[in-house]
Amino acid sequence: MFGNLSERLVETFKNLRSKGKLTAADIDATLREIRRALLEADVALEVVKNFIAAVRERALGDEVSKALNPAQQVVQIVQEELVAILGGEQRRLSFAKNPPTVIMLAGLQGSGKTTLAGKLAKWLKDQGQTPILVACDLQRPNAVNQLQVIGERVGVPVFAPEAGNGVGNPVTVAKDAIKHAKQKQFSVVIVDTAGRLGIDEELMKQANDIRKATDPDEVLFVIDSMIGQDAVNVAKAFEEGVGITGVVLTKLDGDARGGAALSVAQVTGKPIIFASTGEGMEAFEPFYPDRMASRILDMGDILTLIEQAQKSFDEDQAREMAEKMAKDAFTLEDFLDQMQQLRKMGSIKNMLAMMPGANKLKNQLENIDEKEIDHTEAIIRSMTIKERKDPKILNGSRRLRIAKGSGMTVTDVNSLVNRFEQAAKMMKTMSRGGNPGIPGMPTGLAPMGRPQAKKAKGKKGSKSGNPAKRAAEAAGIELPKTDKGGSAFGLGG
Amino acid sequence: MFWRKKDKSVNEPIVEIQERPKEQHPIEPVAVVEVQDAVTEQAIIQDELVLAQAEDEVETYESAAITAKDVEVHEVEIAQVELEPVVLPKRSLTKGIRSLFSRIKFDLENLEELESVLIQADFGVDASEAIVAEVKSRAKKSGAETEADLRLILTGLLTEKFGRDDRALKLDSGIQPYVILVVGVNGAGKTTTIGKLANWLTQGGAKVTLGAADTFRAAAVEQLETWATRSNSEIVKPTIEGQDPASVAFESAERAIASQSDVLIIDTAGRLQNKQGLMDELGKIRRVIEKNLAISEVLLVLDATTGQNALAQAKAFTEVANVTGIVLTKLDGTAKGGIVYSIQEQLDIPVKLVGIGEGIDDFGFFDASEFAIGLVGES
Repeated sequence: MFGNLSERLVETFKNLRSKGKLTAADIDATLREIRRALLEADVALEVVKNFIAAVRERALGDEVSKALNPAQQVVQIVQEELVAILGGEQRRLSFAKNPPTVIMLAGLQGSGKTTLAGKLAKWLKDQGQTPILVACDLQRPNAVNQLQVIGERVGVPVFAPEAGNGVGNPVTVAKDAIKHAKQKQFSVVIVDTAGRLGIDEELMKQANDIRKATDPDEVLFVIDSMIGQDAVNVAKAFEEGVGITGVVLTKLDGDARGGAALSVAQVTGKPIIFASTGEGMEAFEPFYPDRMASRILDMGDILTLIEQAQKSFDEDQAREMAEKMAKDAFTLEDFLDQMQQLRKMGSIKNMLAMMPGANKLKNQLENIDEKEIDHTEAIIRSMTIKERKDPKILNGSRRLRIAKGSGMTVTDVNSLVNRFEQAAKMMKTMSRGGNPGIPGMPTGLAPMGRPQAKKAKGKKGSKSGNPAKRAAEAAGIELPKTDKGGSAFGLGG
Repeated sequence: MFWRKKDKSVNEPIVEIQERPKEQHPIEPVAVVEVQDAVTEQAIIQDELVLAQAEDEVETYESAAITAKDVEVHEVEIAQVELEPVVLPKRSLTKGIRSLFSRIKFDLENLEELESVLIQADFGVDASEAIVAEVKSRAKKSGAETEADLRLILTGLLTEKFGRDDRALKLDSGIQPYVILVVGVNGAGKTTTIGKLANWLTQGGAKVTLGAADTFRAAAVEQLETWATRSNSEIVKPTIEGQDPASVAFESAERAIASQSDVLIIDTAGRLQNKQGLMDELGKIRRVIEKNLAISEVLLVLDATTGQNALAQAKAFTEVANVTGIVLTKLDGTAKGGIVYSIQEQLDIPVKLVGIGEGIDDFGFFDASEFAIGLVGES
């Protein structure tokens, strides 16, 4: 319905294609889209505002205008800032010097505290701890019961002296639980508390009393990843009312974008320690800020891709390449160069798999044969420098020599040379047409997907003899169909 | 507000009404009147029956039908004696919604602020922009200037947009037991909602059966059982642990028919809408119930704190379970639940009930103007 951020950014960047530089107005247009994306991901408005202001400041700075692809650079700044907030204080669970370590869980109704208590208990148990669960939710009908069943499932004892359903004092239970744990030498005490609203003063005071009574090493604020704008109010209320030391994000196996994570991290300044990702008791993992940032932006791992590309490619070299292409000076040697650079980024399959919407392309990805690239490389390497620079001199005997040297057949060599000439022609056209290519990647490679896609159509599905091109073809044919973002490696600009 | 019998010790209706003339509501057509109506009628019929029995000891369905017809004549006056209006805890509905405008000044120059405020109430970017544009144009037309004027415009607009006439629970087909299927994601408040709803219905004199088809979550059945006790309802539980929820639903339907319940409410396990397997299971539950009974209402329970994902939830659940109404829970917190605006606009599903606390009486019927006034605040 809305289209994801990548798609919209492609729209925004369309008119930037001919420009090399971003103006302040361009940056603002980009940031408007990012603002919208963050809001649609349920990041709280006040957090979005501060965030966008910070990004804008950086984006107007030097690093963007000098970048090969400024628009992409803006997105990367966004990603970096997101990760900085989400993972600024990434840390592990802290344990008490003198056991038992006390972990108290707090949060709204239905955020998933009781289930989480079980998962946490199992996780700790698997690490060799001896946890005990404490049933301090005496309010919700059968919450105590639920914790007992969960405790049984994960094989962790449950301290539940009160039946609950409105009967019993949770503060007393918590106090007794600590005594009990000390006596029986449990190493970790996990206190499950009733769900409460941030504005319920009485219940917030009760939570604070439980805190005072148990002096926990961690007070984990459990929050549903589907929560909307209210996340800030809730987080503030719990931070002020109870005082939290860390955050757990639940129901991340849903399809909510989880902007609340950003709101909570920003507002409380407390690290998100765990993510809960399913109904099974083992669906529990440490929190990964970078994954979360991509999820909030709904951009796949495209930024990882950019990052890798930027590491692997020298921007000046890329410019040079683009110029060469325009001047028709693109040789097999350059082609080899490019392929090697591409290789530095890891396997083509993995690279394409990082694209947004790539999971729809699994079949196509399976068809890419990495070996074909090896073969092409072998053929080019068997040529002399002179041959690589000017393929026209390749006569029959040279081709035979190359075939023997590379362990391929003359047909393979012929095919590569033909494809290369065609491709070089096409690239020349493309680069004159101002095609931007893959950001941060030599422009020569980027357009391959597109011209090849056209060619493939004309030939009714025949495959390119150039393996690298064929690989791109496989992706290039499908990418534009399934995901606009993919056509230009996400952002095109 | 709804109507119920003055005399709380209601006997269980023993007569099944085949046809019920709809046009004889003695009272204003409020959300729940229909069901109460049905119950009242049954009670009336029963009273008549007692008389009938005393006279000539006739106790067949045919005679009951005849009696029912006879009763119609006396209906109005009897109803007036028998019924009393019960006002739901209205305070909490308006009290529950905190005004949007506690912090900002609301004037013509400042309408961007209105957009922010709506976004903060989870209306979403698109809907917020659209509302602001509409308020602007209406303000221009009417020449509104003061903050009070603008508030009135906004209240009017929201009332209009939220307003619709299909908020009543559709418990009026006359073919009983009516079935209410309750669905939603984990932790939305399904079981609590069922407890409140069941209690409200039994207080009105209906005989309610609960079907515990959440066989997945630990102690979910026990939780529903607690509510069954509190609300004086019957409960159908799985006979073995982890029983197929569809089979529990099937048994519930059979038992509800056998015990001549007025309403059968089926609890289902929370499921995230992107889990295809679980969503298919819900479709199965639905089909299985429909073997025996028509489903009157499929209520999607939405946590008011939920953000934009609620729209995805509503879409997915509507696809598999044909949702007929939304229950917006946890409105007693700071959340506003603005996303229901988009849900109603885009999916045409009305909000029927709201949950405003953990107590058994903490719920109300959604009222567009109340909600709008609550959001905008007194002007």
